[in-house]
Order: sequence, then C-alpha cells, then structure tokens
Amino acid sequence: MTLFNLFRRGSAPVARERLQILLAHERVARSQPDLLGLLREEILAVISRHVAFEPDKVQIKMDRGRSVSTLEVEIEIPNAPGFSLAKAS
Amino acid sequence: MAQVLVVTSGKGGVGKTTSTAALGAALAQNGDKVVVIDFDVGLRNLDLVMGAERRVVFDLINVINGVAKLPQALIRDKRLENLHLLPASQTRDKDALTEDGVAKVIEELKGKFDWIICDSPAGIERGATLAMRHADSAIIVTNPEVSSVRDSDRIIGLLDSKTVKAERGDRIDKHLLITRYSAGRAARGEMLTIEDVLEILSTPLLGIIPESEEVLRASNIGTPVTLANALSAPARAYFDAAARLRGEQIPMVVPSEGRGLFNKLFGRKAA
Repeated sequence: MTLFNLFRRGSAPVARERLQILLAHERVARSQPDLLGLLREEILAVISRHVAFEPDKVQIKMDRGRSVSTLEVEIEIPNAPGFSLAKAS
Repeated sequence: MAQVLVVTSGKGGVGKTTSTAALGAALAQNGDKVVVIDFDVGLRNLDLVMGAERRVVFDLINVINGVAKLPQALIRDKRLENLHLLPASQTRDKDALTEDGVAKVIEELKGKFDWIICDSPAGIERGATLAMRHADSAIIVTNPEVSSVRDSDRIIGLLDSKTVKAERGDRIDKHLLITRYSAGRAARGEMLTIEDVLEILSTPLLGIIPESEEVLRASNIGTPVTLANALSAPARAYFDAAARLRGEQIPMVVPSEGRGLFNKLFGRKAA
C-alpha cells in the first residue's frame, strides 16, 4: 500500500488486517507447545549429527502470513577441512 | 445469588479501574449491594478513583493474613451506602496474595453483597490471574487500538482456561466493554470500528464508552463518572452497561460525534 493510499483510506484497515493475521497465529500457538522452539531444536539436532557448527551462528527467522508462513533457518558452517558440507554429505 | 465479576484487559491504561468504579456506582445506584476489590497489589488506585484514598486502614492482604477482619477492611462509600471498597495493599509484595486466601475472602463477600467486582491489575501475572480466578463473568475492557485488542485476545484465552469455572468445564460469561471510542476517528478510518473489534475478538458487547473529558474530570475529583455527572455521555453508557449486566435488554447506542440537542442547548458542560 502506498503512502497516499494510507492517508486516503486511514490506517484502521491496516490495523484490522494485521490483527487478524497475528491473532490467527497466536490462537493456534496457545493451544500447542512452543512449536518454533521445538522445530528449532529438532532441525538443529538433525544437522549437528552430520556437520559441526557454532550454535551462535544459527539464525532463525519466521514470517507469518495470512495463508502461508515461512521458516528460514540459516546456519553458518565453517569450510575447514573435515568440517565442510561436502565432506559430510 | 452474588455475582462475581472481573474487570480485566491485559494491557494497562485502558480504563479498568475507571470502569470498575463507574459500573460499581451504577449498580449501587439501582439499589444493589456492591463491593469493588482492588487486586493491584503495590499499585493500588481504585481507592483514589473512588475518592476513598484517605480512609484506607486495612486492605485485602491484611484480611488474607488474618491481621484484620473483613468488615474492618471494607470502606463504605460516602455517597452510596450500599457501595463498598476493599483496597489493595500499597506496601506488600504481590506474592502475599494466595489462592486460598482470595477464595475465602470472596466466599465471605458472597454472603453480604449482590455484586463482587474484582478490578484486575494489568498483565497476566499473579494479581491478574487471581482477580479472574473465581469470577462468574468477565468484563474485558478494550480500546479500539492494536495492542489493546491483542492483549484482550490473550486475556480471553486465560479466562477460558485458568478460571475455576473453566477448569470445571463451565463457560465463563465474557463481555466486551469498548472504552475511549471516538466515532469521528472511526468514521474517518483512523480508528478500528466497533464492528472490527467485535469481529476480531468474537465476544458479546456490553457497552461502548465514548472518549470524554468527563472521565478524566471524574477521576480528578475522586468520584465515579456515574456519580460525578450522571447525564454525561460516558456515564449514560456505563448505566446502560450496568443494566445489561442485570439482564435488561437495552439497545446498543454507538456514540456519535455530533453534539445532540441537549448539548447544543446547554453547551459543553453536558458533553
């Protein structure tokens, strides 16, 4: 939405849309254990079985959308000998 | 049969204490016996809004600890003899509130009053969960604003899972009270509308309190708005909400921005 539209329509419709998406996710999250934490733990456990990485070089991003959400896991793996992805696979 | 109400919201500053005082005074003016309880240990304010701040001797925690008997701690309103206040402690730790202690106090109050109104602190910690714990029904105070609506949704989740009624498998009655509503700003698309909030929270509406300088004036002078200026727009909205709590069918009036005939004739004072 352009700035012009925002002024013309008022910001309330944006507030309404953001709340609807947010609360749809929060209501689901309430009824189940910490899904994001669980995913993070299990994904990292699987990867660490095959490659070594530093826990603080892991970035996890979540983008919640109305119909689709994305979970982005970025792990920095050092290219030292005996330590790389190529070797591990 | 006594009704236990909790006035709650999650977010602070949305009008829980103001609404507790206004609804308590409205119900008492109808002749019902009403007690309002402040659960905000350490940050009590209901005494101030009710104009009883200089008469507090004992508080809820004193009663729970057995330092004072319940009748010693109850403060009778100077204007309405059937309206009472049970203040919170200003000095104690909030951990001094115990579940058993609160249960006993509420049980004892049930024998003396028609309405027990618990003014919840903001947040979702001990004071807030104990304020809602024994409620038969809840008033969720919401401003038409994103953070308030989100927190209300969270509180509704807690009401449906953490109250005694919910744990027994019963459904706690929930009522939405929208406060600080500005019809003009909603019409211009600057503020969430009543329909937006109702659709998002899917909770029945108890009332719409318009944004008004009368609410600030009432707390300045330490008088619930339903006593300070009973003809003002917010007071009338609170009286309607109180009547709905009693089970009366009152048509919902969405406050309008335009000044009515009464206001035009008598000027701003009546606004």
